Amino acid sequence: MPFISNTPDQQKQMLAEISLTMDGLFADIPPELMCSTFNLPAGLSEQQVRNHLAELADKNSTNLICFLGGGFYDHFIPAAVYSIISRGEFYTSYTPYQPELSQGTLQAIYEYQSAICRLTAMEAANASLYDGGTAMYEAMMMTLRITGRNKVIIDDSVNPIYRVMIRSYTRNLNIELEQTHSADGLANRQQILQKIDDKTAAVILQNPNFFGCIDDFTDIANAAHQKGALLIVSCYPISLGILKTPGSMGADIVTGEGQSLGMPMSFGGPYLGFMATRMQYVRKMPGRIVGETKDRFDRRAFVLTLQAREQHIRRDKATSNICSNEALCALTALVYLSLLGKEGLKQTAQLCADKASYAYQRLTAIPKVKPHFRAKWFFNEFVLDLPSEAADVIARLIEKGFAAGFPLSRYYEGMENSMLISVTEKRTKQQIGMLAEALESVL
Amino acid sequence: MIAEGLLYTKDHEWAKIEGSTATVGITDYAQQLMGELTYVELPAIGKEFRVHDEMAVVESSKSASDVYSPVTGKVVEVNSNLESKPELINDDCYGSGWICKLAITDANSVENLMNAKQYEEYLKGL
Repeated sequence: MPFISNTPDQQKQMLAEISLTMDGLFADIPPELMCSTFNLPAGLSEQQVRNHLAELADKNSTNLICFLGGGFYDHFIPAAVYSIISRGEFYTSYTPYQPELSQGTLQAIYEYQSAICRLTAMEAANASLYDGGTAMYEAMMMTLRITGRNKVIIDDSVNPIYRVMIRSYTRNLNIELEQTHSADGLANRQQILQKIDDKTAAVILQNPNFFGCIDDFTDIANAAHQKGALLIVSCYPISLGILKTPGSMGADIVTGEGQSLGMPMSFGGPYLGFMATRMQYVRKMPGRIVGETKDRFDRRAFVLTLQAREQHIRRDKATSNICSNEALCALTALVYLSLLGKEGLKQTAQLCADKASYAYQRLTAIPKVKPHFRAKWFFNEFVLDLPSEAADVIARLIEKGFAAGFPLSRYYEGMENSMLISVTEKRTKQQIGMLAEALESVL
Repeated sequence: MIAEGLLYTKDHEWAKIEGSTATVGITDYAQQLMGELTYVELPAIGKEFRVHDEMAVVESSKSASDVYSPVTGKVVEVNSNLESKPELINDDCYGSGWICKLAITDANSVENLMNAKQYEEYLKGL
């Protein structure tokens, strides 16, 4: 945005144009609400501002070797991603209000939707939601609309941040939210199967789950469907390069956080919620959906479709109140996936799994470090038990230059000594060795 | 076009009463206002509605409207042809474009409906 000057002379000119004085211009504001002072410090020079901001920025530790995960991951982002998404046509355009005029934007969203469908093995995806947590909430609301029921079962191996979000959203709604307690790192089948009844709208699960463990929910999908309930699976998109897709497990709605697809880890986002479902439920899916059609000259064209159910037409009866999407983040995911390609995504996922497996062996070889779960199947994250409080160990490792992991006691009782460690393709064998040495030295 | 022998609501639904069963649809006036229908959300069989409860949704490319139950009753049959051919409502709203059949559970609920002549007068006043 260019700098727009506003000199006293120009102000005078503008006021003259509308035949007002400055006081007259603000006459509608009651005098007691007018600020006489903004209580701001004196102005700084450009150089002083730069120095001040640099000092603030230096408080962030950006040079730690990162083994943090728990929903957001430190993957390699090809430079071409930024080059493409920062083109003015993409970067500055806001959600289109005359959508069909913006064929390029619509095509990009359409391609993104297609990529999400292929990744999850589902039939229809929307144009994106805010993040993994809101996508899960919207999916849950969607199952209530589809089934006309109000009981939802969620296992505590689902990302605890998502569960907190769902609880906040549903606190004042008539929803019976039942939590099951994971057993040895996996969703608690016994409890889930017991709780599914003819009042159940959905079972919500995650794969890989928050502990990094991988599972196959086909049996739970079947049990849910037998009672007329639906299965929502949240997933980590990179893992789908090698893992069984939620679609092939029988999931009815698939959601997830798309940050790992080309977006950096940054506090507060912006992130990307994705959602895909089966064609039979597409009318109950919230948000924008771009469809392919033909124009009057029979050329391929794109439209926003199924708009009649959205709020500008359906008002209070709308499917949801989502009237925007994370267009630039969705584009980022699309560009990232296109650059990697099918084989590239597979390789990335395999590298994550292989390096995590190596790190697991290396770290559990340390005498005082034990794996927390007996279950051995994980993707790129695993839980280790330390001889003392994980939060303390992690703090000591920060001093040695490592963001070593996530202390699970923050969300799970009885896991004070447990640390969640994540390994992406960016970590080298040497870095894993250095972490092992540093960990051993602080125990 | 208004069909004789049917009963009507102010929201432009019609009901054909045969014994204790009501066959229900939307009127010609309603389908013309909506334009070409693209989707009909049918009620579930067994579901019970009171007069004026939201019963179904009809959707065209530019709008979506609720269909309200003209009587109090329980859904016994739905016109599943509408799932693949919603345009049946445009083509033949009083015939093959019917939406569902209700078993009337409160006979009094029929009494406030308009006959064809009353509905015709009502439309003139709109």
